[in-house]
Amino acid sequence: STLQSKNQEKDKEEKEDKEDENKEEDNGSQQNRTSRRKNYQRRNGDEKKARGERSQKRDRGKTAPNKDQKESENKEKKTMKRGKEGENKQKKDRKNSISSSSNSSDEESLSEEELAMLKEQVEQKKKLISTMRNKPWRMVKKLSVLREAQDFVEKFEGALGKGKGKKLYAYKMMMAKKWVKFKRDFENFKTQCIPWEMKIKEVESHFGSSVASYFIFLRWMYGVNLVLFGLIFGLVIIPEVLMGMPYGSLPRKTVPRAEQATAMDFSVLWDFEGYIKYSALFYGYYNNQRTIGWLKYRLPMAYFMVGISVFGYSLMVVIRSMARNANESTADGDDDNFIFSWKMFTSWDYLIGNPETADNKFASITTSFKESIVDEQESNKDENIHLRRFLRVLANVLIICCLCGSGYLIYFVVKRSQTFSKMQNVGWYERNEVEIVMSLLGMFCPPLFETIAALENYHPRIGLKWQLGRIFALFLGNLYTFLLALMDDVNEKLAEEDVVKNITHWTLLGHHNSSAGNDSTVTPRPLDPADVPRGPCWETTVGIEFVRLTVSDILVTYITILVGDFIRACFVRFVNYCWCWDLEAGFPSYAEFDISGNVLGLVFNQGMIWMGSFYAPGLVGINVLRLLTSMYFQCWAVMSSNVPHERVFKASKSNNFYMGLVLLILFLSLLPVAYTIMSLPPSFDCGPFSGKKRMYDVIQETIELDFPLFVAKIFSYVANPGLIIPAILLMVNFTNTSRTEYKPHRRVLANISFFVHK
Amino acid sequence: MFTSSTCSLLRDQNTVLGVTGTTFCPEQFMNQYFQLFFYCLFLLVYRLHGRYHEMAPNVVPMDYTKDPDVKLPMQLIINMPELKENPFKERIVASFSEDGEGSLSFNDFVDMFSVLSEMAPRELKAIYAFKIYDFNTDNFICKADLEKTLNKLTREELTDEEITLVCEKVIEEADMDGDGKLGFADFENMISKAPDFLRYSLGNQVYQQKPF
Repeated sequence: STLQSKNQEKDKEEKEDKEDENKEEDNGSQQNRTSRRKNYQRRNGDEKKARGERSQKRDRGKTAPNKDQKESENKEKKTMKRGKEGENKQKKDRKNSISSSSNSSDEESLSEEELAMLKEQVEQKKKLISTMRNKPWRMVKKLSVLREAQDFVEKFEGALGKGKGKKLYAYKMMMAKKWVKFKRDFENFKTQCIPWEMKIKEVESHFGSSVASYFIFLRWMYGVNLVLFGLIFGLVIIPEVLMGMPYGSLPRKTVPRAEQATAMDFSVLWDFEGYIKYSALFYGYYNNQRTIGWLKYRLPMAYFMVGISVFGYSLMVVIRSMARNANESTADGDDDNFIFSWKMFTSWDYLIGNPETADNKFASITTSFKESIVDEQESNKDENIHLRRFLRVLANVLIICCLCGSGYLIYFVVKRSQTFSKMQNVGWYERNEVEIVMSLLGMFCPPLFETIAALENYHPRIGLKWQLGRIFALFLGNLYTFLLALMDDVNEKLAEEDVVKNITHWTLLGHHNSSAGNDSTVTPRPLDPADVPRGPCWETTVGIEFVRLTVSDILVTYITILVGDFIRACFVRFVNYCWCWDLEAGFPSYAEFDISGNVLGLVFNQGMIWMGSFYAPGLVGINVLRLLTSMYFQCWAVMSSNVPHERVFKASKSNNFYMGLVLLILFLSLLPVAYTIMSLPPSFDCGPFSGKKRMYDVIQETIELDFPLFVAKIFSYVANPGLIIPAILLMVNFTNTSRTEYKPHRRVLANISFFVHK
Repeated sequence: MFTSSTCSLLRDQNTVLGVTGTTFCPEQFMNQYFQLFFYCLFLLVYRLHGRYHEMAPNVVPMDYTKDPDVKLPMQLIINMPELKENPFKERIVASFSEDGEGSLSFNDFVDMFSVLSEMAPRELKAIYAFKIYDFNTDNFICKADLEKTLNKLTREELTDEEITLVCEKVIEEADMDGDGKLGFADFENMISKAPDFLRYSLGNQVYQQKPF
């Protein structure tokens, strides 16, 4: 014990543990006895004995014979009091004392080979500790084995670093432990920071995991949009607002004289004209100065790069999410080999904690079993294949007609709105006709598709996929028709531009001459920015259209929820007392939460944001607000007005299916933006690229003026299509393989490990 | 996909006991729990102790430093709101108990929630799922086990022929070695291909507030 106290004073770490040390003197002595015994064996044995003893230890760890079990249980009970760290320090202390006392006598017995073996054993024990939680043993056994392994590691770890490197090794070990602890605390902190966790769990316990998965998806979208907003706001909007020219100094930043009278009217602002049009929200506000402010911030370059990185970041995040899902989910969900087995073992939702939901779940499981039984019994029956095929073809024809009809309707309406915009005195309906029609189509076509699909008589899971595919086609068709009509508009504006350019030129000339007419020495008074004739600025128009579409989509969604869910629920609840039939059981009853409709709506909304954010930087901010309010609003609506699904329907593998949709929409929304950037000339008097021939010229300009010469040469070599195409193919391959490489290994490992430990 | 954590217990108002309890869980103790459980949340173990304590306040001590040998009987545990509605609650608790009768010590209790959490791997869950569905604990899921499972799932609403048909179909589908019952290998093979195993069953047991 005197040796112990001496080392205590020497070692800095032991200072904290003095109290612990004093408290557990008796335990310390017991520990001492056991560790001294082990050390005696080690010291006095030759290689064979040592090996035998080590294998004994290994067996002890696995099978726990009585004496050792008691010993370890004792250890366990006493160490529970202290806690690991105190014990660690004690052990280190004892180790140090032992090692220092036996240093001289030990160095011969621990040869290189023994050292290597010892190291291997320590590594083994460490591995055992790290995989301990995956073993299906009883807690008592786990605790004892863990104790054993930890003791072993602690004891011999220090001994490994002998001689000169000992202090450094011990220090390294200590730092590694501190790092692990820090990482763990950080993980704890991160999990506590996840927002809305409680809300989602509440929804989950009442409605099951499928409804909650929509909210989790919504939360994920919110995160992505928040990052995009941060990018755009921090790198584009703030620099322009802080360091660029203020409002009113340039023609592009000022409301034209003709519009100034009505610029503050609410109806004008609601249409995103007036002061809003000439604000940092839209493309037209930004100046094309190459550098702004004292920081020499290259705004046009930043605008372009942020626009590209919005897509790049979204792509990266979506692919990463898909890869994570692919790891968790299994192969083909359409595997029909285990229908009954899966129904039996995986149909109960362990998350359900609410009696009403549980009742529904029991009922739906029973119904599902009965259906499968009926299917099984009828599988030998003769069916009229021809009739079924005819009906399916008929249904598809009808639906294609609907899709074409809706596409044409939108085209017609957009064309009409162009003629309206030229008229004076347009009513509210005429102004917003496009958005209203698009929203109404989105609301009424899906139920129509479902009714027609009743002709087809598919298995419900397949039927759901068809339904989702059709809704997807509907939204896509609508969006692209809208874009085509918009493109017509843009081309018209481009034609108009030439005319306006001339007018502007002559007006300015005229103004110069008139103001300098009398006195040639006086410098001409500059023309008030509000009076300068303006170009049509097609980019801002496009931005405005997207913002309007998004806002109307938001409003329609909220009103649908309010009326379709809440008012309906109120009506059913309160009018039921004085109504002839039971409103709750029959029509209309309470609404169920439409998962696929909501998810699709969210995905398409995001597609519109991606398309519009290049021309209206403020759009992402609007979307962030929308998602935030959506989360609270929809959670409230679901809890107050919806009932759990009667037929609990989970489209299997739905997670990756929705992610796949998001990816598809991302590519499809990238196309129009890329097209306009590559092939349309920017407006001559508005936006950060005004005056250039093409928007991407800004890159060339930056490379020429800001980078040294050789960089320009490198870029001209790299921008060869022959190099870019293989690079893209390689990237696609890489993402595909990284998604699929984990699956086979894990299953094999799992099987092997189970049999080894059984 | 979107991994969600299981910290709903953080906001449970009833665990003032656990948090202000003086000597339950010193920081150093957490190292041990960290190795053994899938929760590394410090507070979560406090919460768990609070819940465990309030099930039987007279029996479960607040002070765990002397490592009391306290076990709660199955009846108390299956009344927890998280388990109450589950048709397999007795089997779940029995699978995690030391004596197979369903009495859980605190360590077993935490172990149960740890395995049922989202962070536990699929392989471990499959092992426990097999134990749960094996009613007669003979390491095989035989026809009688299947019948019991089915009755629990449907609350005995199916007729006898329907039950027989389903059980026969299950054995036909999943039994690979032809012994007329499901061994663990058969079960694992079948469950590993199931798309919903991780997400719905045994996948995401979560702590909840008392139902309102």
